[in-house]
Amino acid sequence: MRSYRSRRKWKNRIASLLALVCVLVALVPLVSILMEVVSRGAPAIDWAFLTERTKSSGAPDSGIGNAILGSLLLVMWASLIGLPFGILTGVYVSEYGDNWFGRTVRFFNDILANFPSVVIGLFAYSLIVTVIGFSLISGAFALAIIMIPIVANTTEDALRMVPNSLREASLALGVSRWRTVLKVIISNGRSGLVTGALLAIARVAGETAPLILTSFGNNFWETGLTEPVAALPLVIFRNAMSPYADLQEQAWGAALVLITMVLSLNVVVRLLTRKRMKLYKVVKKTWKERLSLSV
Amino acid sequence: MMRPTRKHGSRRSRASLEDKLFKYSVMGIAALVLALLWSLVVKLVFDAQTSIETFGIDFLTSTIWDPNRDLYTALPFIFGTLMTSAVAIVIGVPISIGIAIYLSELAPAWIREPLSFLIELLAAVPSVIYGLWAIYTLRPVLTGSVEPFLMDALGWTPFFEGAAFGIDKLASGIILAVMIIPTVASVSKESMMAVPDSQREAALSLGATKYESTRMAVLSYARSGIFGATILGLGRAVGETMAVTMTIGNANIISWSLLDPGQTMASVIANNWGEADGLMLSSLIEIGVVLFIVALLINVCARLMVGRVMKAVPMTGGGL
Repeated sequence: MRSYRSRRKWKNRIASLLALVCVLVALVPLVSILMEVVSRGAPAIDWAFLTERTKSSGAPDSGIGNAILGSLLLVMWASLIGLPFGILTGVYVSEYGDNWFGRTVRFFNDILANFPSVVIGLFAYSLIVTVIGFSLISGAFALAIIMIPIVANTTEDALRMVPNSLREASLALGVSRWRTVLKVIISNGRSGLVTGALLAIARVAGETAPLILTSFGNNFWETGLTEPVAALPLVIFRNAMSPYADLQEQAWGAALVLITMVLSLNVVVRLLTRKRMKLYKVVKKTWKERLSLSV
Repeated sequence: MMRPTRKHGSRRSRASLEDKLFKYSVMGIAALVLALLWSLVVKLVFDAQTSIETFGIDFLTSTIWDPNRDLYTALPFIFGTLMTSAVAIVIGVPISIGIAIYLSELAPAWIREPLSFLIELLAAVPSVIYGLWAIYTLRPVLTGSVEPFLMDALGWTPFFEGAAFGIDKLASGIILAVMIIPTVASVSKESMMAVPDSQREAALSLGATKYESTRMAVLSYARSGIFGATILGLGRAVGETMAVTMTIGNANIISWSLLDPGQTMASVIANNWGEADGLMLSSLIEIGVVLFIVALLINVCARLMVGRVMKAVPMTGGGL
């Protein structure tokens, strides 16, 4: 009896330990990636590296300035296309979507959100690149398609957190439905929309596969919408497998810049979300209850 | 009550007109997003037409990829995708379930949130940086100790023949395992936390240890959620492009050995872009269509299985 009980206790301890080990094992790559990127990338970074354009191996003053600019332009144009569409889709699903069409939209949004980005790159290629060639706008279009479902989902969640009493108060004052949505609901869910947008930006800033098929990369300062444009992920990809030490170092430097951008966006999002969670007590309501407005 | 004047009436009808206008315009935008998905399918199938007509069903069953003879078929890449995804699932899912158990059942309250955040950060690291890390940091570990050990211990199976080169299907599988962990762990954790406490309490009050109550009450209750999480992870592994492209060695062959290089559907597209045209380009797009169908099936399954828990998928960074 006694040994049986102690065996169960030991089993319990070992199982708990194993679960903890799983967590630690998963953290090893994260810590290792951060350490490697910092230790190998930091020596590459100086003023010239951040401001000069990429040149071939051996050339002095080679940098990633054009890639940083290219990435910023790609993300900017993608946001200009993707954010309005994503936010309005989220508004529709949250405020008017309690019907088969709304459910269909949200179903396909969920699916599109987990879709291989390389397929989206192919789509942008066959739609735009076949017409005007490798270009900034085709890359931005692909990134925008990736952003839309992310922004739509986070918008929907943010609007869900706006208390129904606010909707009712506004309607009771005789404010029309669309003004209620724009002035009361969206402005109350504002911080949620901002975090959603930041998340989407962080996500697409690191996208590489669609860019190989669309914006292609460029060694020069190029900002035209219809020209191929450089991007940080492309610099990393092309230089990673290069036999030249200086190009490899460039890849690590670019990786440090990229990961700093992406991770700090994620940390900002985290801080914003925590603040928001404290402000609003999150009430989990069912779909029907939440949309009592439309009944 | 005062009778509404004409002015009031017209204002009200204008308001309802504006309401309708607003409603239908946001609806139109939502419809546009749906239409985008379908035009994606149609356009890709249309562009793959040359390849579909030339190779027919052989495209999926034949193993030749030979630009010199202008012959292109997809089986080696479907095979490579299956192999690397299988490795990712075998390594990644048990670790993810362990993480989910720790975060939902065992961890002290103050550490749960920061730890979840760190695990989710794994999804924020861009895929191309995983690839870079794999080439320079993971590869020496693989060639130095892991692969020689596997060859010694398991060399008699068909899966571990060959040389310890470190750029192969095993390396891709390991990287994919790391990349699916945040997805599988978050969704599993979410479905475990959805288990009612009464279940745990019932087991504990019968004298079960924490391990027993987790196994009997929590895991059996959350089984379908964990399964759905695994399917979601599979979807991520199948579509992942950059990290695989950089680590798999790009050989258009079918080989059962994990220590041989290979190619996945996603990586063959990324690798051959730029130099592809004509029939080859059309074939690459057809591979994209196959990948699209596979990803669609997997994601629909996962979506139906885990429903809204899918919201737990970390939307962070990533970049497949």
